[in-house]
Amino acid sequence: MSEVFTTAVMVAVTASAIRLAVPLLLASLGETFGQRSGVLNLGVDGIMLLGAFTGYYAVLKTGNVWLGLLAAGIVGLVLGVASAVIAVTLKAEQGISGIGIYLFGLGMSDLLFQKLVGTPIPIDTFPTVNVPLLADIPYIGEMFFQHSLVIYLAFAAIPVATFVMNRTTFGMNIRAVGEYPDAADTLGVSVSGVRYATEIIGGTLAGLAGGVLAITLGIFQQNLTNGAGFIAIALVYFGAWRPIGIMLGALLFGFVNALVLELKTLEIIPRDLSNIAAMAPAIITILALVFVARRFRAPSALTKPFTRGK
Amino acid sequence: MKRRSITLVIMFAVLVLVAAACSSDDSSSGDGGEFKVAVVAPSAANDLAFTQSMVDAVTKLKEDGVIADFSVTDGTFVVDDAAVAIRDYASQGFDLVIGHGSQYGGSISEIAKDFPETSFAWGTSADTFGLDNVFSYEAASDEGGRVMGIMAAALSTSDNVGIVGPIEVGDAKLYVDGFKAGVLVNKPSATVNVNYIDSFSDVALASEAAQSLIGAGADVLSGTAQMVVGAVGVAKTAGVLWFGTQANQTSLAPEIVVASQVYHWEHMLEEMVNNVKDGTLGGELYSITFANDGLVIEYNDGFDLPDDVKKLGDEAVKVFKDEG
Amino acid sequence: MSINIGSKQRRYLAYSIPVLAVFAALLFGAIMLVLLGADPFKGYSEMFIGAFGSGDALIATLLKATPLLFVGTGIVIAFRAGVINIGAEGQMVLGGLFAAMAALYLPEMPTIIMVPLVLIAGVIGGGLWGWIPGALKAYYRVNEILSTIMLNIVAVQLMAYLLRGPLIDPAEIERGTRIPQTARLAESADLPILFGNRLHIGPVLAVLCAIATYYLLWRTPLGYRLRAVGLSEHAARYAGIPVRRTIALALTLSGALAGLAGAVLVFGSESHRMVTDGSTMGFTGGAGFNGIVAALLGGLHPLWTIPASLLFGGLIVGGQALQRAVQVPSALIVALNGLVVIFVVAADRYRAKLLAVDSREEASNESDIDDDSEAHAATGMGAVHDAAPDGTHSFDPEDSS
Repeated sequence: MSEVFTTAVMVAVTASAIRLAVPLLLASLGETFGQRSGVLNLGVDGIMLLGAFTGYYAVLKTGNVWLGLLAAGIVGLVLGVASAVIAVTLKAEQGISGIGIYLFGLGMSDLLFQKLVGTPIPIDTFPTVNVPLLADIPYIGEMFFQHSLVIYLAFAAIPVATFVMNRTTFGMNIRAVGEYPDAADTLGVSVSGVRYATEIIGGTLAGLAGGVLAITLGIFQQNLTNGAGFIAIALVYFGAWRPIGIMLGALLFGFVNALVLELKTLEIIPRDLSNIAAMAPAIITILALVFVARRFRAPSALTKPFTRGK
Repeated sequence: MKRRSITLVIMFAVLVLVAAACSSDDSSSGDGGEFKVAVVAPSAANDLAFTQSMVDAVTKLKEDGVIADFSVTDGTFVVDDAAVAIRDYASQGFDLVIGHGSQYGGSISEIAKDFPETSFAWGTSADTFGLDNVFSYEAASDEGGRVMGIMAAALSTSDNVGIVGPIEVGDAKLYVDGFKAGVLVNKPSATVNVNYIDSFSDVALASEAAQSLIGAGADVLSGTAQMVVGAVGVAKTAGVLWFGTQANQTSLAPEIVVASQVYHWEHMLEEMVNNVKDGTLGGELYSITFANDGLVIEYNDGFDLPDDVKKLGDEAVKVFKDEG
Repeated sequence: MSINIGSKQRRYLAYSIPVLAVFAALLFGAIMLVLLGADPFKGYSEMFIGAFGSGDALIATLLKATPLLFVGTGIVIAFRAGVINIGAEGQMVLGGLFAAMAALYLPEMPTIIMVPLVLIAGVIGGGLWGWIPGALKAYYRVNEILSTIMLNIVAVQLMAYLLRGPLIDPAEIERGTRIPQTARLAESADLPILFGNRLHIGPVLAVLCAIATYYLLWRTPLGYRLRAVGLSEHAARYAGIPVRRTIALALTLSGALAGLAGAVLVFGSESHRMVTDGSTMGFTGGAGFNGIVAALLGGLHPLWTIPASLLFGGLIVGGQALQRAVQVPSALIVALNGLVVIFVVAADRYRAKLLAVDSREEASNESDIDDDSEAHAATGMGAVHDAAPDGTHSFDPEDSS
């Protein structure tokens, strides 16, 4: 086993973990806003897929990765509004309507791809930005400071989200609406308004997450996310509805995946058992859920539509 | 409440009876002039891989006037749905129904018995179940794997080659094993790392697998199945060479794709169609190889391949051609 | 039963709402067909013919509806007990695997013994995969939506591992093709065929299960406990009902029915093998998700889930016929499926609202909880939400811990 834990291997695994974590991180952060306000959006993966296709297509047509990211965000925003209409205004059962949004995104992104593009054509990817000075630090630089700009931005979003959630009126309203919607309503906070806002934030971030994925990979394909949106939702629970926890969860998930890959490359995991190893991230997540559930509680109004006077 | 449940059960029973009453056991046979082929395939018709290779082939046969028409049902990764489509095509009178996925074999072995006058083909495999209306076909993808492996070894300066695979099964396993053997034939001391990511669809994981292989020292990569588009992208960014298979992947990264093994099913299909027209509905095994021009190495004209390496490849192909 | 005309009409309207929602989704689909350059009239008429237009079509629809009904019935049980089971995909896989293993390892036996045995194996596999999230929710407060998503991932890998390794057809190793599938399973385990060459006893079993579930929920003490927990955990606890055990049991039963669906898929398949393409959907055809929709279409009532499953099964079979007939990408059908889910769920509130009035009217007539099936069927999910003040997802077990 000693050859696994050489510095070079661990550096590669860490860098890989960070890349794998970022789409999860963005989608998870968005979902946190929704859940904190009492809305569960199970359709994240569908929104990510449509964001991914849109981002891909925009880059293909314009050649500009940032325009692509913008387009992915806009599509996410629109789908966020749609999710809010379904969950907040129409008060649909959230555990199920999300599956509908997922299937719609899965089919629609594939359909658009086949009609508008057809055969996969590679697009430009985000350029790597070496952080001055820091990138030159041995090992550390390679692990943390030789990534593309979006990766730094995604991690920068963590403290921003923490700040918004804990230190602003908007954040306070979100938490109030998620825990005590009736009280919040009595105090004049628009429950629906706050939930629309959080769903829009969630949709936009999910769209961006898809865009980041497609533009980082430089390609689109049917079911590009391969269920990443569902993992992102699990990470919200894993992180106990706190941005820092979510970041740790996303990194751990990315790390386990990257490590399993590396162990396969080095042929330390026997080929016959590789499926067993591939279960590791899911099993670790379940165990972590047990741990988190013992210490933290979900927002009490989660998945419950609000009707005044109940 | 009881009454309602009884009503529902009666409704249901009537439906079952109606279904049974109208179900037809007759298998309408196609007539000679209007030869129609149906293809049922697991992934998208334009996947630049397995499904596309077959769709291209039937398209060509129609252009050449060998067949009158064809119909494609793609994206049927659900085996039972594919079975419904296969049965449906057979009962609509298609003359040759192709189940283009090794996972469809079990279904075809049962359906074919109900349509003795319809011809079925499935692949990739080598089993006709002892039925005389089932053809089976396979691609000797290990041949192209070996040829390109030999070239990959010659091109690698680090003596380290990496392969990204989906799940270790069927056509993918055949290709990966062939490629690995090819590298080792040319350079017995070379390192060949194989990473099966245990998914046919996870593009992001395929891309990280490529990163990991490059990290382990590979300067030439290959891979098979539709999720490798992610790995090609990584190879392109890292400036690492790429060998493709199943379809010509040059368009994915013209800078680094050296060559692709391309499946040409059309010769095999033409022979199959002629067999059916002559009254032989099945019972034969086909294999596309270099020898019967079913496999072709398509080089990327934009890539400056050293002559001696290309010669190695041509020689390896010639060995297979002579054997066949 | 109420004989009030107005209430009756309201009820008919209420029951037609999910169907109207399906039509609305199809209308949306028609627009997409036009945009794709296909003729929506031809498409939809092919869809109808493909689903209900011939004996073969009806058989295909019945067979497609079968797993939906099994899963849907299980979903009804879970919902009535206040839990959401979106892990049916994985539970079906486990059911299929256990059933296939039973057929592979059990000695040759007559059909009359073999078929029940393999089906029971499927029930055990699915039940186990439902019990895990059930116990995690009941005893460790782990949200069942999350744990089932993760268990679906584990199930896929387990299936790939077993079908590539211990359970693989020895012939596949011999030939070197290594298709991840079992050998042709014991013929004595083939589901008996009712008519023709495809229609097996699966649909009948599914209907029997739905009826049995109806009796379980409204005619047995256990069913009473399940529904009481779904209506209000607090109240159930004060009534002395073991809430934790009941929740774990609800998910176990729900999983067991999904497992049965998986077993029926294996032994009722054309190939009589279990084969994987490395995804759950490749095995289940998405029945683990679509069964939820069938349950919703059926107003979360086991008996109404029967026609709802048929309708939804027809939609799926017809969708495939549509795709073949007008040659649009099959992705359209997936997108359309999603729209149907969204429209049906979004419209569900209105159905519940219309019927809530009824149930209040009826409440004065029917005080016995054992006989209020109509009222609860009517309020559907509304009941789960409106009547359970502490909700489905924030279960705080027994306050003691």
